[in-house]
Amino acid sequence: MYSIEVNKLTKVFGKFVAVNGISFNVNQGEIFGFLGANGAGKSTAIRMLCGILEPTSGDAILGGYSVMNQPDKVKTQIGYMSQKFSLYNDLTVEENINFFGGVYGLYNHKLEERKKWVLKVAFLEGQKHLLTASLPGGIKQRLALAIAVIHEPKIVFLDEPTGGVDPISRRNFWDLINELSLSGVTVFVTTHYLDEAEFCNTITLINAGNIIASGSSKELKTKYLTNTILEVECDKVVSALDILSKQKWIDETSIFGNYIHINVKDENVGRILVKKVLTEQNSINISRLDKIVPTLEDVFIYLLEKDENKNAE
Amino acid sequence: MKVIWNIIIKEFLQLKRDPRLFGIVFIAPVMQLIILGYAANMDVNTVHTAVFDQDKTTTSREFIRQFERSGYFEMDDYVDNYKQITDDINSGKVLWTLVIPKDFEKNITRKQTAPVQTIFDGSDGNKTSIVMGYVQGIVSSYSKSILLKATDKSGLKNPIVGSLVPEARVWYNPDLKTRVYMVPSIMGLILMVITTILMSMAIVKEREIGTLEQLIVTPIKPYQLIIGKVVPFIILGFIDVLVVLSVMIFWFGIGVRGSFIFLVFSSFLFVLSTLGIGLFISTISKTQQQAMMVAQFAIMMPMIYLSGFAFPIENMPKFIQYLTYVIPLRYYITILRAVVLKGAAFTELIPETLMLLLFGVVILFASSLRFKKRMN
Repeated sequence: MYSIEVNKLTKVFGKFVAVNGISFNVNQGEIFGFLGANGAGKSTAIRMLCGILEPTSGDAILGGYSVMNQPDKVKTQIGYMSQKFSLYNDLTVEENINFFGGVYGLYNHKLEERKKWVLKVAFLEGQKHLLTASLPGGIKQRLALAIAVIHEPKIVFLDEPTGGVDPISRRNFWDLINELSLSGVTVFVTTHYLDEAEFCNTITLINAGNIIASGSSKELKTKYLTNTILEVECDKVVSALDILSKQKWIDETSIFGNYIHINVKDENVGRILVKKVLTEQNSINISRLDKIVPTLEDVFIYLLEKDENKNAE
Repeated sequence: MKVIWNIIIKEFLQLKRDPRLFGIVFIAPVMQLIILGYAANMDVNTVHTAVFDQDKTTTSREFIRQFERSGYFEMDDYVDNYKQITDDINSGKVLWTLVIPKDFEKNITRKQTAPVQTIFDGSDGNKTSIVMGYVQGIVSSYSKSILLKATDKSGLKNPIVGSLVPEARVWYNPDLKTRVYMVPSIMGLILMVITTILMSMAIVKEREIGTLEQLIVTPIKPYQLIIGKVVPFIILGFIDVLVVLSVMIFWFGIGVRGSFIFLVFSSFLFVLSTLGIGLFISTISKTQQQAMMVAQFAIMMPMIYLSGFAFPIENMPKFIQYLTYVIPLRYYITILRAVVLKGAAFTELIPETLMLLLFGVVILFASSLRFKKRMN
């Protein structure tokens, strides 16, 4: 049995189809990354799974309960942390823990036990009397996640949990997510940081309400991207980019820092042609030209453009 | 039950941390009641007067002194032509002018009718008619005294002319002070403003900062959330009733003539409607600012105008009177005035009490349904 089974889940706002009959399964204990641009339907999908929004049609089974028919049961199975900080800033750390613990029916021994755990995980041992508003961003985020799973749910939904958090706190936060996953909690996370996506067991890419790709990071890089990525290091990067993007034999051109990535069908033909247009025709010096392992970003840019072109046709 | 208790505790902890709230709940009502209690005063105490005395005799001066002695009139200007009267009235310097024509004294000694002219500024109709009443009173008691003196002088026993004299006794507010009448209704007003705004803010705030969404994901049932949110404000409203009542009793010296318990009970019923309205506002507002605007302009201003607080309902056109039937504040103010001033008992106010109960239950229930629908 899957931890999450989504079956033709659809949400329509007026005439706008936000989520278009998506289906997928998530295994227990998996870190499932849900990726997409803003407005792609990520948040709508996650909100339907958490019972905040009612689906227009379709269904999802979470921990054995149906979102459509047993929403109350589903709520006991899941934890949720949204992109907005969702604890009470004007309560102390302990008051927040007591409130949310109580809401999930934790009292006395059980509550004390979980409170200890939350404080430990949030690096707040001995500081439970601090006002939540006074905590630094990274700590707040950890506290929010720890409280979201205070009732030890089987599944936790994280909607862009690391927005506005510094890189070190982000890394620590992902360590916490890994711990949860190792202890058997299914983690369903949306993000638009692609380095974070690398930490996910499965990545699903959504665009305009449809799933356009799904698999592990490695699968995505090999299965969907059959072309070769060449990294070009040269002078006059801006004009080089301009020239390369006009070439018919290049499927994709994108800039990564000072380098240009081009997406070509054949490595050797690509090398010859790049030299020809840049060095021979426009006298731009190429200092390096390497075949590289595509990054997730390469894959996503390729997949998204392909999908946009398909939608346009 | 434990979940509801949890929400109530959380709500009070948050209230405790909000220093503005202490001001809103405890200081503002006291200040408002005191300031409004003095400001909402329609009594006429000092009437500015001009005098055009064309007669200039002992009698005419004696007549003018009658006005001065009454304590209500202040003779601001003595004029000698009509142009000055117009100027004084136009500039607002005086409210009226007493014109005593030539031969005033002569007419009286000849036992003839002595006309005097009074010119009023009628722009504030209410005030002017009160002043006209004062003037007539003084004039008629003066002419009565002339009649009595005339009888004495003739040395004969005049046949006594029987006349009708109303012996007026004013109940409940013997000094006819508007303050006594207004203060209890200001109390209703304050209670409405505070509970409606606080209630709507408390929910919209959670929506604004995102915690409402977090609550929806938890197993909290909508009814638990509503009860948990409403109860703290019923308690605060109750505290406010006591605070405002204390100011009324100890500051203004207006005692509660009727049953204190019934007063508190009807306040509770009234607060049910205002909290229901607050809850309704929270379902149509996205931000606290919006909630504030809706509460003030769409709900509270019409409530105040139509409740009989400022303008007597009996004087309104029929179709507006029908509108006032759906204003809970109307019933509450009626009860407040009746219980505080007249000492009316519950049995005399059954229709009003039932209406408050009906509105309280219906509004709170309908708003809860709407809130529940919005949550899902």
